Amino acid sequence: MGSGIEHLLRDLAPQVLGVMARRHRDFAAAEDAVQEALLAASIQWPKDGVPGNPRGWLIQVASRKVIDEARSNAARQRRESEVAMEAGYVLPAANSVPVDDDTLPLLFYCCHPSLTTSSAVALTLRAVGGLTTAEIAKAFLVPESTMAQRISRAKQTIKESGIPFRAPEGEERERNLRSVLHVLYLVFNEGYSASQGEQFLRTDLASEGIRLARTLCRRIPANPEAAGLLALMLLTDARKHARMGSNGEIIPLDEQDRALWDHDLIGEGIALLSEALRQGSVGPYQLQAAIAAVHDEAPDAKQTDWPQIVALYELLIKMTGNPMARLNHAVAVAMDEGPEKGLRLLASLEGDERLSGHHRFHAVRAHLLEMAGDAEQAVIGYQTAAVRTGSLPERNYLMRRAARLREAGR
Amino acid sequence: MKFILMMNMKTDAESMSKGIMTWPKEDIDRHIQFMMELNKKLKGTGELVGAEGLSWPDQAKLVRAGKDGTPVTDGVFPETKEFLIGYWIVDVESEERAYEVAAMASAAPGRGGEPLQMPIEVRQIMAGPPEEEL
Repeated sequence: MGSGIEHLLRDLAPQVLGVMARRHRDFAAAEDAVQEALLAASIQWPKDGVPGNPRGWLIQVASRKVIDEARSNAARQRRESEVAMEAGYVLPAANSVPVDDDTLPLLFYCCHPSLTTSSAVALTLRAVGGLTTAEIAKAFLVPESTMAQRISRAKQTIKESGIPFRAPEGEERERNLRSVLHVLYLVFNEGYSASQGEQFLRTDLASEGIRLARTLCRRIPANPEAAGLLALMLLTDARKHARMGSNGEIIPLDEQDRALWDHDLIGEGIALLSEALRQGSVGPYQLQAAIAAVHDEAPDAKQTDWPQIVALYELLIKMTGNPMARLNHAVAVAMDEGPEKGLRLLASLEGDERLSGHHRFHAVRAHLLEMAGDAEQAVIGYQTAAVRTGSLPERNYLMRRAARLREAGR
Repeated sequence: MKFILMMNMKTDAESMSKGIMTWPKEDIDRHIQFMMELNKKLKGTGELVGAEGLSWPDQAKLVRAGKDGTPVTDGVFPETKEFLIGYWIVDVESEERAYEVAAMASAAPGRGGEPLQMPIEVRQIMAGPPEEEL
């Protein structure tokens, strides 16, 4: 199937699903029908050509499938057929807003806070991203049947919760928007953190996260946190070719070859962020984007504006209290004012169990000890962190770093 | 035929004093590289079903069902001195081939680039029902 048709289908998928979900009360059935229609299109259109009204074609085919399904259910349930068919023919609610596309309500629906994050991620990638179950399964390294079940249960959860299919308003919107942003961030992060090479993905998750974030921003153009999230993704993705060695080794920020950074993406991210910040409603994604921007603007590691980064982390901590932000803040303080100051900060954080047991705490402390010249304790710290991390590339990185330091001492 | 090939790590004091954490960086790099290439090789032959590295032995937990079914988590027995650290699942033509693959894993380089010759436990994975006798 040509990539033109593939892109068309992926763009149309959420739109068609939106229409179907409005018409038919059963979201799960609508979603299944849309999947089948997409599959039919992917087979027929390359042979017969793209129809004049591709969206209409998909809606018609999907609708027929819902009707057929309702009919066969009715046959199975004998003479409840009238009622069953009625269920498939619900007219749109009188006050429904006729919109050209329903991607936004669909996003809110799939990212609803009542779902677990892994359910929301899977459902969003299917329903809004238009990825097949097989593609999503590959992305998360689980068998296809496992992912199919996950998606099916997610649809069931939503159905049972009785959440209406519409974009929420007011306070509910703000709360649910945070959920949407979180899910999109997870999609991006999953793609960005996964090692390259081995993980071949026909559709790259990090790009999918960016694509969905762009989709969201187009529909809520004035929203600064959505723009902040997109900016954060772009500013992070810009570094992707420099962050991993040829054997999948992690290359830390201060050792990356900045010539490999994508400066167009950096420019776009900074422009987006500046526009968002102008609105004067700063939030955590804008702050994280701002920190990424400060890194990305430095021509080399030594020219990084560390005082700026310190200040931004202080704002972020005030806003979210996030323990990882505290760790990063300690690093920034060390870079700005010397490792002893950073180490004192870490010592003050030791009481927080979320931190003191975490592998990153030990990795950061080891890094600062290394900076301060205490190689022996730094080696122990790196090894402690290596033993605790759940990431294989990170374990390798920390083990190597410990070994490197051990050797330097000789 | 599917087999699981299991690699262990000894955690007694003497073994740990010679373990990967004590090797020169060059040797650690070589070991990691070897493992990546082994997996690539097995993917290339169409024999690799799965391969995973496990978290470090001292992170292991023993879990039992408590009286009401909720999990009761303990550290592992201090007497346990050997832990699974990784495994490969391969789908191969014969038992002999499974042994060949295990020997490849066993030859992973250690200190000074010398093959570790670790013992790899090979177990057949139980298969489905046998073909009907005609």
